[in-house]
Formats: sequence, structure tokens, C-alpha cells
Amino acid sequence: MTVLTRTTHTSHPQPKLELDPAVIRRARLLARKAGAPVVKLARTHTTVSVERAVLRLAGLSGADHEGVPWVNHLVEAVRDEVGLQDGVSTPVFDALRRGVAGDLLTLAQKCASGSVSFRLPQGRDVSAAQKLALRSVKPGMARIDANRATRERLIRRHGDPRQRPWIYLIVATGDIYEDIPQAQTAAREGADIIAVIRSTGQSLLDYVPEGATREGYAGTYATQENFALMRAALDEVSKELGRYIRLVNYASGLCMPEIATLAGLERLDMMLNDSMYGILFRDINPIRTFVDQRFSRQIHARAGIIINTGEDNYLTTADAVEAAHTVTVSQLMNEYFAKEAGLGDWQLGLGHAFEINPEIPDSFRMELAQALLARQLFPKAPLKWMPPTKHMTGDVFRGYLLDGFFNLVGAMTGQDILLVGMMTEAVVTPFLSDRDLALQNVRYVLGAAGGLAEDFHPPRDGFIQTRARRVLSEAVELLEKIVSDTGQPGSVPLLAAIGDGTFGLMKRPADAGKGLDGVVKRAPGYDNPASTLLEAGSRR
Amino acid sequence: MNTRDTTTSVVAPKALPDIIRPYGDTTGDAMVQVSFTLPIPHDKRAEGAALQLAAKMGLAPALLVHAKAMGSDFTFFIVYGAVSHLVDLREVVVVEREFALLGAKDVNAMIKRRLRRKLVVVGACIGTDAHTVGIDAILNIKGFAGEKGLEYYREIKVVNCGAQVLVPELVARARAEKADAVLVSQVVTQKDAHIHNTMTMSAAFREAYPAGKVPLLVVGGPRFEQGSAPALGVDRIFGKGTTPAEVASYLVHAMATSKEQER
Repeated sequence: MTVLTRTTHTSHPQPKLELDPAVIRRARLLARKAGAPVVKLARTHTTVSVERAVLRLAGLSGADHEGVPWVNHLVEAVRDEVGLQDGVSTPVFDALRRGVAGDLLTLAQKCASGSVSFRLPQGRDVSAAQKLALRSVKPGMARIDANRATRERLIRRHGDPRQRPWIYLIVATGDIYEDIPQAQTAAREGADIIAVIRSTGQSLLDYVPEGATREGYAGTYATQENFALMRAALDEVSKELGRYIRLVNYASGLCMPEIATLAGLERLDMMLNDSMYGILFRDINPIRTFVDQRFSRQIHARAGIIINTGEDNYLTTADAVEAAHTVTVSQLMNEYFAKEAGLGDWQLGLGHAFEINPEIPDSFRMELAQALLARQLFPKAPLKWMPPTKHMTGDVFRGYLLDGFFNLVGAMTGQDILLVGMMTEAVVTPFLSDRDLALQNVRYVLGAAGGLAEDFHPPRDGFIQTRARRVLSEAVELLEKIVSDTGQPGSVPLLAAIGDGTFGLMKRPADAGKGLDGVVKRAPGYDNPASTLLEAGSRR
Repeated sequence: MNTRDTTTSVVAPKALPDIIRPYGDTTGDAMVQVSFTLPIPHDKRAEGAALQLAAKMGLAPALLVHAKAMGSDFTFFIVYGAVSHLVDLREVVVVEREFALLGAKDVNAMIKRRLRRKLVVVGACIGTDAHTVGIDAILNIKGFAGEKGLEYYREIKVVNCGAQVLVPELVARARAEKADAVLVSQVVTQKDAHIHNTMTMSAAFREAYPAGKVPLLVVGGPRFEQGSAPALGVDRIFGKGTTPAEVASYLVHAMATSKEQER
């Protein structure tokens, strides 16, 4: 076991690019202008998954013999009978008050057999149902709060990684019982953060699977039980190593709010959670995504979870030089939406990636410029630096060199979370030896050049500074274009821009995409006890 | 391993010998380099085990240049050595490309002359596969390897359905668009997902269309086996490194041959 030892340098060094503060202010102002109408939309709609998350916080879990979760049964039943415009909790807790069933599970089971009828209560019954609902979600929220306190305590006891960036490794076998020893081994080999990649199809499932799972495609299903098993295994290894090992999963796709909730309930530490990824890359309805995202980010804020955004994806479909500014725009939008939802700077793992074609002259200098730009725009955010994938050709030797240069950029520009690149990217799932070699690569570069962040100052108006300024000004131009993009009167400019194909060349109209039928406009009497607690929490 | 179409390589200027050996730094030295992991702790016996494996792989003499413990249960080895096997070039079988590579101009002209309308291509990633890199490289105007994608061809109408398209959706879209060809990309290969998805897709098309009217079914991905198109129920497979021009050339070639068959 090799332990990284080197002098710790300041992880957030002094600004190195001479950027015009007025341009940066303008960029943030435009991001706010583009984002605010979307937030308004999110505040006036709900989704089936947000409502299911409320029931999960109220303690309802499990599934029927066909694997359909009880939360799905209950939300569907309420939706069919009285609609979701007032929220699921009022009719559900009204039914409990009326003595239809003794508890949520029995109620859901009765629903499944079709023997429950819901009503929208009137008068004093409304406030009584809402009061009961609020009282019922409080224990769930308290568990999230307690988990946050436990994490803080364990970090104090075991400690954070000794170096920056933190080393992020992926496991993905499809079988949670295979993942566990692999994750523990990875931690012993030096990983600080373990990400369990989800089964490829999960983002488009409109329910969260139940239980410990042993079958998955290109990943392992995110389930509450899998979360609990992996967190317990990493707690064990954290104790052994004297270093708190963080666990990552994905709050994305159609069940984003529920998975965020389960992450809070099971003390996950980081969640992949991008504001537009689902829309652009999974063709999920834009409104569904923004509504789900706001709720899930409020949960993350409360749970002390660090989000990881998905800007790397833009560069896998578009050219990393020409589309560099779309990464910056997405980072700014993610920052706006995250802060609006109550996340602190320390929770913003904004993403970016080493994806410039290595055949292009000065590709390394452009990577440095982009990484420094992100570092300087978001000085307090734990930036997530992601390795090359698009230009990994199958020549593993060349790929190993490319990963070394990727690590070097990470070290030179003070990145915080480094996803370890594998030379077998695009070839096979990594061999044990590939992972070992990849970690040796990281250790060598961080050990040999980690302190270079102190010495490295790109010259004034040189190539790197000029390139960074150009990307920033292109980002501002794109944001200007977005805020002035109005289709029909009263339409939301950002949605119009997404519909036009402004991001990643994909056109995603607001009235299409998967999960649209799960979006409901809130009525004036809408009540969501979880949101009540979350909004109160964010004002604490 | 690269499955790039071998016909794109330049014709050798001189006659090749029939029998060859690997080349390290001298003709005939037969030197190769391999790396592997054995599930045992690193000690003298492990190194002996690595050399035994090298000998069984035909490396003689074998030189163990690197051995490193990975945790307490595994050891990683790098071995250099002369391989005792010979390569007989006369026994190498290559699948030749059955069509001529055409430029965009020629492709457009062929479509115009033969169809007198635009050629309609519907593309998608099906199943759970969310990797649109392949289909986008072929379809998007941006293209791949400096070549413009099919959207750039004036006489081709491209409908890109994107990722995670359900098979019934794809069939419906192909029918609605009166597709001449359906392009499907499959990058995820875990548990043979690419095989299952492709067979489901081709079966669905055969079911939905009358015999002989099924659009050309083309799949692309890095892990399809050459020559497995008939077994998968598709007309053509494209592997890693395929360019848009190859696909376009194939489409007009297939269109021409099927037209001739109809007559």
C-alpha cells in the first residue's frame, strides 16, 4: 500500500488569469436571468417522482411481488382519483385520518387491490391532513440531518484525504456483492471516493428498484438497500484506513428526487446531479427535469451532499475546442440553480473534462486554459476534473500518456476531485492491473508535480490567458443569446434555447420528451410537507 | 485490437513473404511483449509461474522484465520474449469491402439518378444504450475523422432519433418517414446487450413490414463480429473506425443492387 505523501499546498491558489471582473459579473447576471423563469416554473409544478419522494420521507418503502414500489402504487392511485395538483400528501394523510388504513404501507397495499377511494378534503380536514403529513415526514428529514451529523463526526474521526485532488474511482460490476470487495480494494489502493455506476437503463425507469441487486447492465442499480450495503462496507474500510471514504451515486433520470432522498437517508456523500444532462442526453422532458432537479438539490443541500455536474458530456458529443464555452455556460447555470436550491459553494462539484483532440497543436495549453478558467470562476467550488474518453483510441500506451497529461493539468490547476482515467477506456472494463497502473500514474504526477500549482503562472496576455478570456467571452455571448431567445410570448427563454438545439446540438422542445406525463401544474392549495421543511431549512 | 477495415490500407509496394515472425528490432527476432496478472502473492514462485505461462504461450526464451504486487493477492507481470509461432499470410482471411468508396458528389448523383427523390435514413441508439457517439459521428453534419456526416449529403434525409429509443418507436418512426435505411448504433456490449438488441430490432422490422419491403438494416459498433450480419438479421455491420463516406457508399451500393434484383 502506497500512501501519497507530499507537502500540502494551498488547494485554491491565487488567481492566474487576468479576467475582467465586469465580464464575470455579467456572466453570473445572465445566468440568473436565464435561470429565474425556470425556477418559477419549478415552483409552480410538481412531478410524480417528487410526490413519491415525499412518501419515502414519510417512511414508505418496499414493493409488491412484481417489484412495483408501494410509493408508485399510492401516487398512481391518488393521481387517478383526485389528481396530484394539490400534492399527494393531503389526500393520503386525509385517508389515514379517516381510518381507511392504519399506516401508509397498509394504505398502499389496499390501493394495489383497488379498495381505497381518496378525496380532496375540505375546510378543517385540509389543515388536519397537512399537519399529519408534516408530522409524518419529520422523522425522515431528521434521519437525513442525523446522517449529515454522522458524516461530519466520521470525517473528524478518520480524516479527509491527505492530498488534493481527491481520487475518484469507479466500480461497476452489476452485482452489489461484487462491487463491495472491489470498492474496498480500490480504497485500500488509494481511492478517496468510490462511485458505483448505475445500470445503463436506470435513468429511464420511472420507479426505483428495491433490494440488493445482482444483475445490471454496465453498472449496478441504485436501490436503497444497495446504498446501505455499500455505505456500511466503506465505513468499515474508512476505519481501517483512517480516512473517510466517500460514496457517490447518480441523482439523475426520471427518479432524481427519490434517489436524492434515498441518498440522504443512507448517507451517500456525493451525487451526480446536472441541471440539463437528462434533457439533452436522455431526452427527458425539460420541465420534468427542472422540477425534479430543484427538489433533489434541496435535499442534497440539507443532507450535506456534494453534487457533481456533468459538463464532460457536452464534450463527448461536440468538439472540445469549439464547444468549450458551452461547458462554462453549463457550469454557470448549474451554479445558479444549485445556489437557488440552497447548496453552498463547498457542495458544487462543477464538472469539466480533458477532451480536446490531442492531434491539435497546443491542445495541452488549451486544456490548461480551460481548467484554470473553471478554477478561477468558481474558486470555492470542489471542481471535478474528468479524464479523456473521446480520444482514447484503443492504443493503451498512448492512452496512458494522455492520462498522465490529464493528471498533470489536474495538479497544475488545483482541481479538487480527480476521476481516475483508465488506459483501457473504450476497450474493455478495466483490468485489476489497469486500475493499479492508473493509480500509479496519478500518484507519480501528484507526487512529482502537485506543488507546481504554486510556480505555474501563465504570462500576461499569453496563449493561455488569451484563450481563457476568449472562452469566457463566448460563454457570455451564448448566455446573451439564450436570454433573448423567446419563442411564443411568455415562454421561458432557456427552454426555447434548449428547444432550438443551443446545447450539445440536440433539440429538446419543452412539450416533448420522456416523463412529460408525470408533470403536474400545482393548484393554489398545493401542499408538500417535505418542501415546507426544506424551504425552512434553507433559510436557517 | 483494432477492427478497422483492412482494405483501406495501402497496397504493399513489394511482394510479401508467405511466412513472417513478429519484429522487435531485427528481422526474424520474433520478439513480443505481453502483460498479465496472476491471482497469487508476489514471490519467487509467482515469477516462476509467470515464466511457465509465457513458455506455454510460446515465448522462448522469455524475459520477465517486471513483476509487481497489487495488494496481497495479485501480481502483475510484463514479459518480453521470442515467440516460437510462425504467421502464414496465405492462411489469413480478410473480408473485402463489397462496394466502391464514393465521394459525396457521386453519392448524391447516384441517389438522384436511381431514386429521383431523397434517400431517407433513420438512425438511433436502441435499448439502454445511451452512447450516441457512434451514430452521431455517422449522421451529424459534424461527422467523424474530418469527414462530414450523412446530414451533409444533399440527397439524404437524416432522421436522428437519439439515444435509448425503444424498438417499437424506431419501427414506427421508420414507417412514418418511409425510411430506405435504418442505422442503429450499439456501443454498450456488457452481457452481449448489443447482440440481443440488434436481434430484437431486426425481428421487429421483419414483423412490421411485408417481406421484401423491410428497409436496409445497418448496425454499427466496436464489438460486432465480422460476418455475423445474417445471424443478427441485418444487412450490414460496420465496425470501429467506420467513416460516414463508407456508410453512404454502402447505402447507394445496396440500393442499386436491390433495385436490380427487383427488376
